[in-house]
Amino acid sequence: MRKLNFDSENRKKYIFYFVCLIILIYIIQLFKLQVLDTNYKQWADSNAFLNKKLYPSRGVMYDRNGKLLVYNQPAYDVMVVMRETEKLDTFTFCRAVNITIEDFRKKLADVKNRKLNPGYSSYTPQTFLTQLGAKEYGILQESIYKFPGFYIQKRTVREYNYKNAAHVLGYIAEVDKQNLAEEDYYIRGDNIGKTGVEKYYESYLRGTKGVEILLRDAHGRIKGKYEEGIHDQDPVPGKDLTLSIDIDLQAYGEALMSNKLGSIIMIEPTTGEVLCMVSSPAYNPAILVGRQFSDNYTSLLKDPYTPLINRALNGTYPPGSTFKPAQSLVFLQENIIQTNTAYSCYAGFPLGGGHPHCHFHGSPLSLIPAIGTSCNSYFCWGLKSMLENKKYGSIQNAIDKWRDLMVAQGYGYSLGIDLPSEKRGMIPNSQYYNKIYRRWNPFTIISISIGQGEIETTPLQICNFAATMANEGFFYTPHVVKKIKDNFLDSLYTTRRYTGIQSEYYQAVAEGMRLAVTDGTCWKANIPDIAVCGKTGTAQNKGKDHSIFMAYAPKENPKVAIVVLVENGGFGATYAVPIGRLMIEKYIKGEIPESSKWRESDMLNAVILRNAVQKK
Amino acid sequence: MPYRKNNIWKSIDWWSISIYLILVIIGWFSIYASSYDFDQVSIFDLSGRAGMQMIWIIISLVLGFSLLLIESDWYDIFAYWIYFFIILLLVITIIIPHNIRGSHSWLIMGPIRFQPAEFAKFATTLAIAKLINSYKFDLSDLKNFIKLLAFIFLPMVLIFMQKETGSALVFFALFFVLYREGMPGSILFAGFCAILFFVIDIRYGNVQWGITEMGKLIVLLFIIISSILWIYTYKKGRSNVKYLFFLSLIPLVIAYIISLFLPFDLCLAASAAIVLTVCFLLIIFIRYKASIYLHVALFSIISVAYLYSTDYVFNELLEPHQKVRIEVSLGIIDDPSGAGYNVNQSKIAIGSGGVFGKGYLNGTQTKLKYVPEQDTDFIFCTIGEEKGFIGSTSVLLLFGILVVRIIFLSERQKSIFSRVYGYGVASILFFHLVINIGMVIGLTPVIGIPLPFFSYGGSSLLAFSTLLVIFLRLDAGRNERL
Repeated sequence: MRKLNFDSENRKKYIFYFVCLIILIYIIQLFKLQVLDTNYKQWADSNAFLNKKLYPSRGVMYDRNGKLLVYNQPAYDVMVVMRETEKLDTFTFCRAVNITIEDFRKKLADVKNRKLNPGYSSYTPQTFLTQLGAKEYGILQESIYKFPGFYIQKRTVREYNYKNAAHVLGYIAEVDKQNLAEEDYYIRGDNIGKTGVEKYYESYLRGTKGVEILLRDAHGRIKGKYEEGIHDQDPVPGKDLTLSIDIDLQAYGEALMSNKLGSIIMIEPTTGEVLCMVSSPAYNPAILVGRQFSDNYTSLLKDPYTPLINRALNGTYPPGSTFKPAQSLVFLQENIIQTNTAYSCYAGFPLGGGHPHCHFHGSPLSLIPAIGTSCNSYFCWGLKSMLENKKYGSIQNAIDKWRDLMVAQGYGYSLGIDLPSEKRGMIPNSQYYNKIYRRWNPFTIISISIGQGEIETTPLQICNFAATMANEGFFYTPHVVKKIKDNFLDSLYTTRRYTGIQSEYYQAVAEGMRLAVTDGTCWKANIPDIAVCGKTGTAQNKGKDHSIFMAYAPKENPKVAIVVLVENGGFGATYAVPIGRLMIEKYIKGEIPESSKWRESDMLNAVILRNAVQKK
Repeated sequence: MPYRKNNIWKSIDWWSISIYLILVIIGWFSIYASSYDFDQVSIFDLSGRAGMQMIWIIISLVLGFSLLLIESDWYDIFAYWIYFFIILLLVITIIIPHNIRGSHSWLIMGPIRFQPAEFAKFATTLAIAKLINSYKFDLSDLKNFIKLLAFIFLPMVLIFMQKETGSALVFFALFFVLYREGMPGSILFAGFCAILFFVIDIRYGNVQWGITEMGKLIVLLFIIISSILWIYTYKKGRSNVKYLFFLSLIPLVIAYIISLFLPFDLCLAASAAIVLTVCFLLIIFIRYKASIYLHVALFSIISVAYLYSTDYVFNELLEPHQKVRIEVSLGIIDDPSGAGYNVNQSKIAIGSGGVFGKGYLNGTQTKLKYVPEQDTDFIFCTIGEEKGFIGSTSVLLLFGILVVRIIFLSERQKSIFSRVYGYGVASILFFHLVINIGMVIGLTPVIGIPLPFFSYGGSSLLAFSTLLVIFLRLDAGRNERL
């Protein structure tokens, strides 16, 4: 063997080290890819798995008497996968789905137009036709095998048995960007409750989506279920709801309020259940479904009478004289007056036709007749003596105490009803007055004593106050859902909220409200065989006064608390009281007695619409 | 000539045979998994690819068995004949081109069709083994060296002409053999530097630090540091290291300080440092007449010249699609749907395997055809996805052990012919391993060469089997002749 002129021992080693080094580098890279980096797993899954969502049926809704209000109806969409369409017999297809050939061409062009359909892909199903009727579906289903690339996708749409209670029920619509950002659950194209019960109880109604994991190859073709479907999840249907609404009462209320603006709310005081919640103008919930949704929604949005707004929760009004019972309870509780305390009234406050005015009645008056005749001066004197009372130390402390007691009675904050976007209204405190007035005294703010000025309340708060009167010192948070299938109601709706005012004071104020019905401002609500306790209100505003009536009945073991508010209805007694009377009769007696029929037709036919300004 | 007959079944290396068989079997199962679909035929069904591979495996085993029966010195005797026969086939392939799946490397003779390029590997290895083994052969003799290069480059050029770039590049692996046999390490080092400089320059060409181009700066600093280290290995010249160090450090420090206040290209400073060190090296060369100083100076000059010419070659001479391919494989541009699609998908397939894999035939990326050429060049994905880190590392280690084992066996050969051939086998297998697995896991550019014993294909399996079995036969007969 030749002698080698180089260091072959070292070279052997270098080659060996080099091999080991490369193998080591590769193992490190494999470790990085397979063990450290978890992204690849996700990418692989998004490559190979098509997670097909299985939609649960949305929960249905019943009224308090078990009448079906809202349910689901199948609708069928025709989907197309462009890549799979070949040798299509266009003529037969058009006949099957009942469209013209021109329509067909146009729809196909629209599907492929990325401006109209940004998510277009020739590999995935695209919506070609929406909401095929059951008959067309039947015809197409039989021949769909002849049309490769076309599929039928079942969807459900909401159906309504009644054209009432749209504001309570709410509507569903496709999720928007914000919904998608807020909750991971939704994907584009899902429906979500947008208002009303549909929104508030969305998590119960929607159920839980299921998933079917399909395998998709590199060309986008579906190659069957992943591992025979053992990872699939069945959808969980949504929970059915029973509302506390009495749909017949609701429909009657809506009829009475037709051609008027305003609202009617009735609450069962012993439970806090809302029996009806009318907001007028109303609309038929069935028009906000399916294909005609966007057209109808736009026209409702443009309507100058704002039918989309639920006035019962979203309208805030000065409560006017309906505030006087609450005021009385504060004075009594704070020992400012006794039931026999009397104040003089000479057609106004201060004496002699001052402002606020008062109408003619006997003078001086004690509490019960003051409520009965709705004397303004009485409550002005009352508030003045409370604010000037030395025991509070300052007028600021006095007004804050006053405010706390008003809040305890359900004013000034949202009550927490199970409907979205309830307004809180306004009960001012000392900070508020310090801010708007550099100096202020009882005379500066005297108009709050009669429910005007800075006071703002929602009709719901007034009705809730009537329920508090009926219960003599407590209320249940008003709610429109009575029962959720397989679930309990939130404890908020099953716990009493006490006002902290003694019940004997309620009895005194009740006497006043009874007097108002038997021999006072709301005599029109004096039903012979039902002892109604009521209070009218006339809320001053920029236009004609709003007519308000608040009541509960019967006086002993009350069954119902009610508020009726007719915008621009003038004196409380004119419209609100008769409507309230009819509603009480309808609820307690189940029908309108012959003797009241003339009132019914009067109210049904009355038209009170302010001249609305057309919105641009 | 003393001649001893011995039983080859006793002296054959069963370690290598076992690893070979394990790899072939795993490969067969991987091919079945790669082509597995939902309405799949059985692994033995001849209409499927796994069934065909089974036939190739049987043929390979029969062929391997026959090759073991041939006297070992026949390979020595017929080496050139085999070599020229294969060269002839390569030429014929070019003259009569057949287009099979876009490749022009097929030769069709009646019912048989195969790729001569695959067989050129063992033939060339045999030929250079015989050449180096020949009487009075000396690598340091330039004439001999050029002859050797001609033996290697001839098939390479012919394969390039068939547009099989990957298979042609494999012949570079034989330079490892030459290194083992005494080729100056500097040639290997130069080749290594050429690749390294190119990659770093292109990879970090777009990364700017101020107005300094990072790619160039890294390469220039690398040149300075390796020059100094080179001088350091020369014991008599160590006293010069400190001068070199300061000569190169001074311009860099000054430039760095300037760059804090003004935009200043640090590459200029690094180049100045190299000029200073080169001048210094030339001066001490003239004074001490030690050739190492001249070598280092030349290394620096040529490196810098090479560095600045790469830019020109890359930007002006390369075709756009070649540029894109290089840029994608170096990770400069992301192109998951175009040129980077294969690698991206193969990384996804391998990465999704996790530690233990998804289980045999459960690989979703494999089944659903996300990785192209799944059963040939990208077969390693199947192992990675279905057997996970454990599986892929095991296969990698099996290959590593086989290569190291062959090197070990080569070193125990008594004849130069066997040793050279053994190193050739190890080098070719290793090159395939590095390039194929490297491309699948995203470390090397996408060069389409098969994974030995794994990839589907008769020519490749037969050729690799022949390559290995001939060496095992030589090894088994190492004691037969002296």
